[in-house]
Amino acid sequence: MKLSQTLGKSLWAFLFNSGSCNGCEIETVATVTPRYDLERFGIKVVGSPRHADILLISGPVTRKMAPRLRRVYEQMPDPKIVLCIGACGTSGGAFYDSYTLVGPVDQVVPVDMYVPGCPPRPEAIIDGVVKILARLEAAEKSA
Amino acid sequence: MSVNEILLAAGGALIMAFFSMVGGLWFAGIDRVLAARMQARIGPPVRQPFLDIAKLMIKQNVVPANAIPWLFNGAPVVALASAVTILLYIPMAGIPGLPILQGHGDLVLIMYLLILPALAMVAGGLAAGSPYATIGAQREMVTMIAYELPLAATIIAFAWKFASLGIEHPFSLATVAAQPVWTLVGPVGFMGLLLLLVTMLLVVPGELGRIPFDAPEAETEIAGGLLVEYSGRNLALFTLSLAVKTIVVTSLIVGLFFPWNLTDILAVACCATTAAMINLAFFILKLLVVMFFSVTLVRISVARFRINQVVDVYWKILGVLALLGMFLVMADALF
Repeated sequence: MKLSQTLGKSLWAFLFNSGSCNGCEIETVATVTPRYDLERFGIKVVGSPRHADILLISGPVTRKMAPRLRRVYEQMPDPKIVLCIGACGTSGGAFYDSYTLVGPVDQVVPVDMYVPGCPPRPEAIIDGVVKILARLEAAEKSA
Repeated sequence: MSVNEILLAAGGALIMAFFSMVGGLWFAGIDRVLAARMQARIGPPVRQPFLDIAKLMIKQNVVPANAIPWLFNGAPVVALASAVTILLYIPMAGIPGLPILQGHGDLVLIMYLLILPALAMVAGGLAAGSPYATIGAQREMVTMIAYELPLAATIIAFAWKFASLGIEHPFSLATVAAQPVWTLVGPVGFMGLLLLLVTMLLVVPGELGRIPFDAPEAETEIAGGLLVEYSGRNLALFTLSLAVKTIVVTSLIVGLFFPWNLTDILAVACCATTAAMINLAFFILKLLVVMFFSVTLVRISVARFRINQVVDVYWKILGVLALLGMFLVMADALF
């Protein structure tokens, strides 16, 4: 994966719900509201995975959603980053032993960063994105 | 044209292409900052569109399996090239040597050329082989048909005014630039021109596919519409063509309605270079003001229209307004 500083300064995000209860969606959408103003960092939400650099996944990945999640991940052009939002995607959360689950998320697609919480606050989501940006910059320096 | 002239025009076109892309992206950055400030946000840095383009250039350029590759890859190039071409016909602040193709085209040609970038997007969307892109392409065509009526009515009103006064080349933009149309009409015609100005300002968001007329790209319902399958370099080219088109349509409005130069008003009698620089700065300021009122303010104030509402607004409201403006300009000549 070729990394670049410009990638970190213009992250376009695509939101994917893999069977979440919508709690994480509400918090994720709250993150892009004027109060938190993610556009300051060049981050914006796009409508197509083809335009996206970072995939924000919420939910524990149900049996029906697993092939769709894999497909959306493959539709994103390289280089791409995956951020897993919420306890469900991290570990299965409250639904860890459900017969409908294929996931957690990292059983289906590779994950770069986890944001725990049920649901995580917008500050936590921003912190996750910032940590990814810091990692991108470190990778750029060492390369 | 001699070989020299052709070479000069080609070189000029390259320089224009460079400056219009840089200027268009700069305008896009200012638009985003202004929009953020109106929403009580800090907003991105002004250079954000440049960073976006730089990022898109390093991204993978995906051509979907269902796409027709030559059309899919060709459409963004055609869109950018045609957008730059229109700019070669539009006069800019009376700077000598501009427009590069002076005397070769008129308002009717510009009207037809304005269709080209949108048509390239439609072709690219249909070639992408995605149902979302097909819906987007159909909506884009409907939008094009919709805004054509008010646009044509405005241009006819201008040409009629100049033709009725016996001025030569009534369709030429140079004619409009030489004689600001506001000075040729009485109070009734002035009201008519105001209506035409409002119409043209609201044609701009449709022309650029911005809110409230962005049904062809509607991200929340058809996932980006026309551009749904585009990524990497191709998406960057479309973004650039949109940026250039912003410059094109704002300079068209400035050329039609506000052709005054600062040096004429202040009667600056100085060397030609300084005058040209002052005029250029004033021209860019006029473009920014037009962009603020027709793009930024509109897109912050309202939500997206459905595609049938787009047609209603352009035909039933703005079409009638433009025709009314045209009749007022014509009626003005009777008194």
